[in-house]
Amino acid sequence: MMSTQYDDLMQRLLQGETRAAARLITLTENDINAAETIIHSVYKHTGNAYILGITGAPGSGKSTFISTLIQKLLKEDRKIGVICVDPSSPLTGGALLGDRIRMKDMFSSDNVFIRSMANRGQLGGLSRATEDVIKILDAYGCDIIIVETVGVGQSEVDIFRSAHTVLVLLVPGLGDDIQTIKAGIMEITDIFVVNKMDLPGADRKVAELIQMLELNMNYKYKSHEINKNVLTTEEWTPEIIQTNSITGQNFEELIEKIEKHHRFIQNQGIVSNYLRNRIKQETLQILKYKLIKKTENMFEDNSLIEKLIAQVIEKTMDPYEMANSIIRLLKFPVKDRDF
Amino acid sequence: METNRKIKVLVTKPGLDGHDRGAKVVARGLRDAGFEVIYTGLHQTPKDIVNTIVQEDPDAVLLSILSGAHNALCPKIMELLKEHNIDDVLVAVGGIIPEEDKEYLKSFGLSGFYGPGTEIKTIVDFVKNNLKR
Ligand SMILES: Nc1nc2c(ncn2[C@@H]2O[C@H](COP(=O)(O)OP(=O)(O)O)[C@@H](O)[C@H]2O)c(=O)[nH]1
Ligand SMILES: [Mg+2]
Repeated sequence: MMSTQYDDLMQRLLQGETRAAARLITLTENDINAAETIIHSVYKHTGNAYILGITGAPGSGKSTFISTLIQKLLKEDRKIGVICVDPSSPLTGGALLGDRIRMKDMFSSDNVFIRSMANRGQLGGLSRATEDVIKILDAYGCDIIIVETVGVGQSEVDIFRSAHTVLVLLVPGLGDDIQTIKAGIMEITDIFVVNKMDLPGADRKVAELIQMLELNMNYKYKSHEINKNVLTTEEWTPEIIQTNSITGQNFEELIEKIEKHHRFIQNQGIVSNYLRNRIKQETLQILKYKLIKKTENMFEDNSLIEKLIAQVIEKTMDPYEMANSIIRLLKFPVKDRDF
Repeated sequence: METNRKIKVLVTKPGLDGHDRGAKVVARGLRDAGFEVIYTGLHQTPKDIVNTIVQEDPDAVLLSILSGAHNALCPKIMELLKEHNIDDVLVAVGGIIPEEDKEYLKSFGLSGFYGPGTEIKTIVDFVKNNLKR
């Protein structure tokens, strides 16, 4: 294999050195060229981790939930990685990443690796960066990787296409949270969690959820015993569960549901479908990222673009034609004089 | 062109004191200055803090201490960082640090020593000008 400036870090990563994992993550986050080289070495060491995606409105209790879940999942020989993604300020580019506050019981464990990430406001960039971090943590030896995001944008949907099991957190009372979940996220949710079940209105939230699923997604609702609300599709039946993340109530049942979904996707037909879909989506994300970057760079201080703009102003060209010209340029880069 | 680097700062409170108003103001101020700020909340042990530094790989760490326990906590943190071979992270102390303790803390590689009421801009400039990588 070609040697690179990252060989030393790579070797240490594969030996399970935490600092090497952290540094490689920083490098991939900051620089797509570094990311490409690093992932090239990392990729064949991936595929062992089980990936859980968790989303929900700010304050719905995701970080607290994850902290409790980890406490229940942690075993001596099991490493768990957590990636907490928060939005960057579109104005300043800064971000306040506070998810660790709820996870402080985990800090002293050498088996838990928590990484905070700002989304850096770039189209397609977040999912690319998150995929890379997942791979690095996988190669580092994490058996389970949990990704926390705020369920607001297309980026989340993109990220969660690579999760094995997707959980969405809702809370009682917050009237509109069901409506505000992106449709795309609803469709990829495997387990709906009504967190903060200690607050009034948890049962009603479950009922609303069932109604919404029936109405919006043509799920058939089969009424079972309490706490076993089952909605069926031909493939997976989204589960619904109430939890209290502070006391840990219902987490045993929650873990059973996660394991049930795990068994479900291990069914060979599904697993190969899942893998193909994941690779397709991920490559699409990388392409989007690269093409957007390339296009944006082209727009910067480029006399060709200025000429095209002039033509559009003169109405000898319309914006669609201008876009087509740019696509041709992306495929066959030409010199200024060729134009 | 392809790099996308942001300054990443960890703001944390070692020890037992129960107020984090000041630390939160600093964290928000640094965010508004364009930094990516990780905030951990109260009651962090030196081991917690160093584990967080190892995992998050920040460029700078701001330790906010009002309890008076700085002479015990800060050197311990620097010692643990050394054990992890981490020498490229700026570690600054904020809070109430008596003049006579500053020299002692400096001898461990700590800097900053901004007290309550320091303007955010002073801290921003300090971080920007003293990064070790
Ligand atoms: N009553 C109650 N409060 C909770 C529960 N889970 C989380 N919280 C609280 O909800 C608030 C937000 O939690 P956090 O984990 O930061 O939410 P996030 O923004 O979704 O990550 C905190 O004050 C938690 O203590 C729960 O099950 N019941
Ligand atoms: Mg959170």
